[in-house]
Amino acid sequence: MQKKTITLDHGSGGVASQELITSLMLNHLPDPRLHRLEDAALLPAQNGRLAFSTDSYVVDPIFFPGGNIGELAVNGTINDLAMQGASPLCLSLGLILEEGLPLDDLETIMAAIGACCEAAGVPVVTGDTKVVPRGKGDRIFINTSGIGVVADGVHIGTDRIREGDAILVSGPVGDHGLTILAAREGIDLGRELQSDTCALHRLVQDLLAEIPAGLHGLRDPTRGGLATTLAEMARAAGLGFEIREEDIPLQGVTRAGCELLGLDPLYLANEGKCILIVEAAAAEAAVVRLRAHTQGRQAACIGRVGGSSPGRVILRTRAGGSRLLEPLFGDPLPRIC
Amino acid sequence: MRYLDEFRDHGLVRPLVEELHRTVDRPLRIMEVCGTHTMAIFRHGIRSLLPEEIELVSGPGCPVCVTPQGYIDTLLQLARQPDIIVATFGDMLRVPGSGGSLAGIRAEGGRVELVYSPLDALALAREEPEQQVVFVSVGFETTTPTIAATLLQAAGLGVDNFSILVGNKVMIPPLRALMNDPELHLDGLLCPGHVSVIIGADSYGFLAEEYGLACAVAGFEPTDILQGILELARQVREGKARVANCYGRAVRGSGNGRARQLVEELFMPADVAWRGLGTIPASGLELRPGFADFDALHRFGLSMARSPEPPGCRCGEVLRGICRPGDCPLFGSGCTPARPVGPCMVSSEGTCAAWFRYGDSR
Amino acid sequence: MCLAIPMRVVGLQGGRDDLLDPLVAVVEAEGMQRQVRLDLVDRMPRPGDYLIIHAGFAIHTLDSREAEANLRLMQEMADALGEDGEP
Repeated sequence: MQKKTITLDHGSGGVASQELITSLMLNHLPDPRLHRLEDAALLPAQNGRLAFSTDSYVVDPIFFPGGNIGELAVNGTINDLAMQGASPLCLSLGLILEEGLPLDDLETIMAAIGACCEAAGVPVVTGDTKVVPRGKGDRIFINTSGIGVVADGVHIGTDRIREGDAILVSGPVGDHGLTILAAREGIDLGRELQSDTCALHRLVQDLLAEIPAGLHGLRDPTRGGLATTLAEMARAAGLGFEIREEDIPLQGVTRAGCELLGLDPLYLANEGKCILIVEAAAAEAAVVRLRAHTQGRQAACIGRVGGSSPGRVILRTRAGGSRLLEPLFGDPLPRIC
Repeated sequence: MRYLDEFRDHGLVRPLVEELHRTVDRPLRIMEVCGTHTMAIFRHGIRSLLPEEIELVSGPGCPVCVTPQGYIDTLLQLARQPDIIVATFGDMLRVPGSGGSLAGIRAEGGRVELVYSPLDALALAREEPEQQVVFVSVGFETTTPTIAATLLQAAGLGVDNFSILVGNKVMIPPLRALMNDPELHLDGLLCPGHVSVIIGADSYGFLAEEYGLACAVAGFEPTDILQGILELARQVREGKARVANCYGRAVRGSGNGRARQLVEELFMPADVAWRGLGTIPASGLELRPGFADFDALHRFGLSMARSPEPPGCRCGEVLRGICRPGDCPLFGSGCTPARPVGPCMVSSEGTCAAWFRYGDSR
Repeated sequence: MCLAIPMRVVGLQGGRDDLLDPLVAVVEAEGMQRQVRLDLVDRMPRPGDYLIIHAGFAIHTLDSREAEANLRLMQEMADALGEDGEP
C-alpha cells in the first residue's frame, strides 16, 4: 500500500485502517499500552489527586514556523495539567482526518507528536482515528486528553491569590499568536519569528520544589494572550492587578512585527508560557529558579496584585500613563490605521 | 527600536507632562483627526497624564468610521461573486454592512484575502489570472500614494484582473467643514502626523489664519503627542494661533511632492459622502478616465449603493466632536464592539470602540 | 490611516526595471527584515538611513538631525526639571 493521501478506507476499520495505524501511528508512539490496541488503557493506582484535562486543536495553518499542530496538541494538554500543579502521566490522542490529507503531512505531524511526547516524558497510551469526507474537516483535527497527578499539599487556584502577591511571566509573549497570524495571512516577518510551543510541566515542578506553598495562581495565556488571561484571573480572584509594561518580556522580532502590523503583543496567543502568581516573599527566588530553566530564561516579575480596581487589570505604560487591560473580543487583525 | 523607543522614554515624558500642567490655565478642547492618534493615545494611557482642563476629542480621522454604509454594501456585493477575490486591509474586515461583513463572507467560504500592502493584492492578481481581484481602496493621504504606485505598476505590467473600489478621502475639506460648524467649539487641532508627511505642515495654515485655531503637527509616540498638546496649550495661552511642526523628523512644510504627484497622475478630486457628515465637496478621490479600467464600479458595471444609516446612531455627532460616546443612547447597550451599530464602534480605533475597550481612565 | 514605523536600511536592491524589478530597500528592525518600495520617497536613502514605512512603501527618509534635535530639546527639559528638585 503506497497511497499518497488519506482515503475513506483509512477510517473504515479494515485493512487500510490497520496499516495506517501500524505504519504511521504506532511507529512514532512506542508505549506498549498503545501497542496492545485495546479499547482502553489501564493505568496503575496513583498517590494523590488526579487532574484530567482535554483540548482540541484545529489551528490553521497546520504547519508554521517553530512547529505544527501535533506539537501544540501534546504541549497544550500537558500544560493544562501543569497549570494545576499536576505531573502529567499520559495522554490520549484522537485524530479526525479529512479525506485527501497527504500522508506525508500526517507522517510529519505524527513524528512531531512522538518527539514531543518523548521529550516531555509523557506517553500517548490510547488513541482513536476517524476519517471524514472531503470538505467535512479542515485537513486534521486533533483532540488530546491528559491525566496527571497532583501531589498532596499542592493547591493552586485563583482562590489562593492575595493582595501583595507578585505577578510573574515565564518568558516573552506574543510569539505564537504573531507566527500563526503571519503564516495564515501570508505576511513574511522573517525567519526569527517562531511559535514558542513547549511543555512546561518540569518548569512548574521545579518551581513547586523551590516554593511549595508560595505558588498561588498559575495559568497559561493561550487564546487572547497575556492580557486576557490576566483579566480573567483578576476577575476570578476579585482583586486588582497592576502590571508594568516595561517589565513584560518581548522578543525583538515580535515587538517589531507588532509595531509594523498594529498589533498588541499582549493579546496574542502563547503556547509555551505561563503566568505565575506567587507570594511576595518568594518572588525573587521564583524568578531565579525559573531563569535556571530552559523554558524560563527570560522570566520576569511584571506586576503586583493590589490597587484600587478590584477585579480589573491596570497597565502602567512605558510612558507612565495607565490604561485598563480588558479581555479580548474578536481575533486581533493587522491594521494600517 | 531606534527612533521609536527614545520617543517613549518615561524620562522625557515626565517633564513634558509637568510643563503641560504648568502651562494649562483654562479649559482646553483639543481635537485629533487621525485614527492612529486615537489608538496611540489610548494605548499609551496619555489621557491619564493630562491635566483635568484638557478635553481630547476625536474627529473624523478614522477612515473605516467615515466610509459610508453604501460603500460596504457594494463591497459585499462584489465579495459574494464566485470569481472575485476581495483583498483588504485588516481594518475593513469586520465592518458590518446592511447584511454581513467581509469576515462573514470569508467564513462562508467566499474569497476574502487580508493584505498588509496594496502590492500584495496586485501580486495576488498576478498569481491568479483566472480570478478578478478587487482591492478595498480606503484611506487618507498617507495610504493613497501607495495605492497609486501599485496601480501604476499594474497598468505598466498590463495586469487585466486587478481593480479597486475607490473610497479614498482627503483631510483638508472636512477640516474646513468642521470649522464652519457652529456647534463645534475647538481650541486646538492635533494634526495627523503621517498625512502631514505627504501634504506638508503648511497645508493647515488656513486653520490658524482664517479661524484662529491653534495647530500642531504631531507624531505618534508619547513624547510626540505630548509635545503637540503642549504646543497647542502654549499657543492658546499666548493667544497666537499658528501651525507648529512638532514632527520635524518626518514632516516638512511642503510635504512629499513626489507622492502627491503620483496621486495626481491617477486620481482627481470628487465630492464624496462621509458617514455621519454628509457629502463634502472635493473631499474624496476618483480615478481619472485614463485609469477607468481599474475602477471596480466601471469594470463590473455597478454603481455605488446608497444605504441608510442605522436609526438612533449618533456617530455623525461623535465624528464631529460634538457628542461623547457616553452621550449616545445606544452606547454600551444596543451598540457594542461585539454588535456594533455605527462606524464609531465598528472600527477598533473608532472613538466609541476605543472608549468601550480602554475605558475613560479618568 | 497613519500606522507607519521607522526601520533601518541595510541595503538597496533591484531597480533594473521600474515594473518588473523596481527599486526596493531592504530594511530591518530588531531582527525583522522586510523589503519596501521606494517609489514614493522624497529623498533616496543610503544604507544606515531610517525610512518611515507604511503599507509596504517608504513614505519618507527620516531626518536624523531633526530627530536628534528634538530629543536634545526634550532632554534639556528633563535636565532642567532635575535641577529644580528630584522628580
